[in-house]
Amino acid sequence: MVRVILRRLIQLVVTLIALTTLVFFWLRSLPGGPVDALLGERATPQTRELLTRALGYDQPIWTQYGRFVKNVVTGNFGNSIRTGEPVMDVISRSFPATIELAVAAIIIAIGLGIPLGYIAARYRGRMLDNATIIVTLIGISIPIFFLGYLLKDLLTQNIHIFPPSGRITTGMDNTDVTGFFVLDGLLTREFDATADALWHLVLPAITLATIPLAIIIRITRASVLDVLDEDYIRTADAKGLRNTTIRKRHVLRNALLPVVTTIGLQTGALLAGAVLTEKVYNWGGLGTLITDSISGGRDYPVLQALILLAAVVFIVVNLLVDLSYAVIDPRVRVQ
Amino acid sequence: MPLLDVRDLSVVFQRKGAKPFTAVDGVNFTVEPGQTVGLVGESGCGKSVTSLAIMGLLPRRGNKVSGEVRFEDTDLLKLRPQELRDRRGRDIGMIFQDPLSSLNPVLPLGLQVAEVLERHQGRTRQAALREARNLLDAVGIPDPTRRLKEFPHQLSGGMRQRALIAIALACKPRLLIADEPTTALDVTIQAQILTLLKQLVEESGTALVMITHDLGVVAGLCDTVNVLYAGKVVERAERHDLFAEPRHPYTHGLLQSVPRLDVDRGGRLHQIRGSVSDNIPWPEGCAFAPRCDRVNDACIGETVPLEPTFRGGALRCTNPVPQEVPA
Repeated sequence: MVRVILRRLIQLVVTLIALTTLVFFWLRSLPGGPVDALLGERATPQTRELLTRALGYDQPIWTQYGRFVKNVVTGNFGNSIRTGEPVMDVISRSFPATIELAVAAIIIAIGLGIPLGYIAARYRGRMLDNATIIVTLIGISIPIFFLGYLLKDLLTQNIHIFPPSGRITTGMDNTDVTGFFVLDGLLTREFDATADALWHLVLPAITLATIPLAIIIRITRASVLDVLDEDYIRTADAKGLRNTTIRKRHVLRNALLPVVTTIGLQTGALLAGAVLTEKVYNWGGLGTLITDSISGGRDYPVLQALILLAAVVFIVVNLLVDLSYAVIDPRVRVQ
Repeated sequence: MPLLDVRDLSVVFQRKGAKPFTAVDGVNFTVEPGQTVGLVGESGCGKSVTSLAIMGLLPRRGNKVSGEVRFEDTDLLKLRPQELRDRRGRDIGMIFQDPLSSLNPVLPLGLQVAEVLERHQGRTRQAALREARNLLDAVGIPDPTRRLKEFPHQLSGGMRQRALIAIALACKPRLLIADEPTTALDVTIQAQILTLLKQLVEESGTALVMITHDLGVVAGLCDTVNVLYAGKVVERAERHDLFAEPRHPYTHGLLQSVPRLDVDRGGRLHQIRGSVSDNIPWPEGCAFAPRCDRVNDACIGETVPLEPTFRGGALRCTNPVPQEVPA
């Protein structure tokens, strides 16, 4: 087990080195750049040159790359071009918002997805099952920004049930401990803040959860149907075991394996979806930060750090998925 | 009174948009307490479907089961699913063909044996595991205490089949159904498993229904043999009679097909021509007629009835292989 983790950590380092290089050159190959973005079209050549030199972009690209790598290795991601703040500060301010949103979405997706998929499989071929197939198809196909604006228009404009945007009501007297507003409220016993934060979280979390939820329902359904056809389920039936025992002990555990894999793979989709969801609900997280950093100034240092962060999250989640495999399936443990 | 009395059992598979297929077509046979009865036939003759129908393990949809399966005083086909669940594993045990896929890969062996004891004997987990250890020991699994915690993939094929036997016999059922229990195993292991089955069945007085295509298995184990063809019993006889004087041309062909050591090398192996799918529907004559060497006009036209033989067996043939006249 330790060897597996070690091997995966080495893979993580290799991936990060490759990704750092790719991101560095990819960003710089895009048309435009921080200088154009900051100074606008009517800047004089002199000011342009001054700023270029001040930011260090007059150096040969390999020199720039070398300096970047050196800084990253020492944990220094530089300062934001737009605001001048250290990149780590900018990111750590937005990080909790996105994690809060993503965790809420994944809880919805798993919490509803596995039971619904299981129920669909049990009623295979009947109305409920067919309805599930159609609804999940819509769920997978619907664009996030469309669903986001649809829900927002419906439930915050036409019927005022949920707040239209933000993470917490302006003027709410909440204490910031971890940056996770729901958690903070619980920690400081400001339960009104927790309730308010949860209220704000509902629509964005539903929007972000839709696609993973639909996929998890489908995978669970297919996986349960596969397991029900297995010989060992027939053996369990031949033992005369109660239906509940067969379901809990024999079906579910085996059916979860593909579902767990899917959850890991959905992390990537979740990160991408967060960008759109945060835009729709003006949710001040990493997604908002990434769009602002691209459109408002081509903020190279922030963008580089954000992309690396996304990669680390993706790889770590998938490592956890692999480890949970070993818990569920004894056949994996031996290798 | 027989322990198991299967009367006119039929299983018809019905799929939307497809012609109904009769897999088992009015099968009759009985099993006396402690007796070992063979169901023999090629792939597709309906022997496995028969066993699943007896156990109530056929898929709930897409098939129609009719007839009677009397176990002691009860018709198993008339029981509600819950009542049948109470009997499966307790009164009737079953062993399947592929021991690897028949064991749950993610559960330790001990639990898979213990759960049937918990279910039917109301034992605690701890007591059930203790008994499971004894059962594994009884079926000849070495170091049973350690094996309790192991998973199916850590056992050899023979061990797995022994474990399945332990599960099926855990609650001391009065009837054991073994569906091709040795087919997936090496020849050397096959013999061990058969010897074990024979020994356990004799010790406990459990009746055994042995489903197989292997006449060697029948020869070593069965008291009475039912030969199935295309969903019907075509011949029934005591083991000794069947091997000494097979009457049905199909049985005769099966026995001829067994390779023998005492004929010349280079001689061709006997084979029954065609396959089990080259048959005619039973209502239009004998299903085996298209493949039969002794076919005559009487074979075609109407269903050939199963008629008792003077030796206490039964035969479904208009032109059976002649018996040697006793001197």
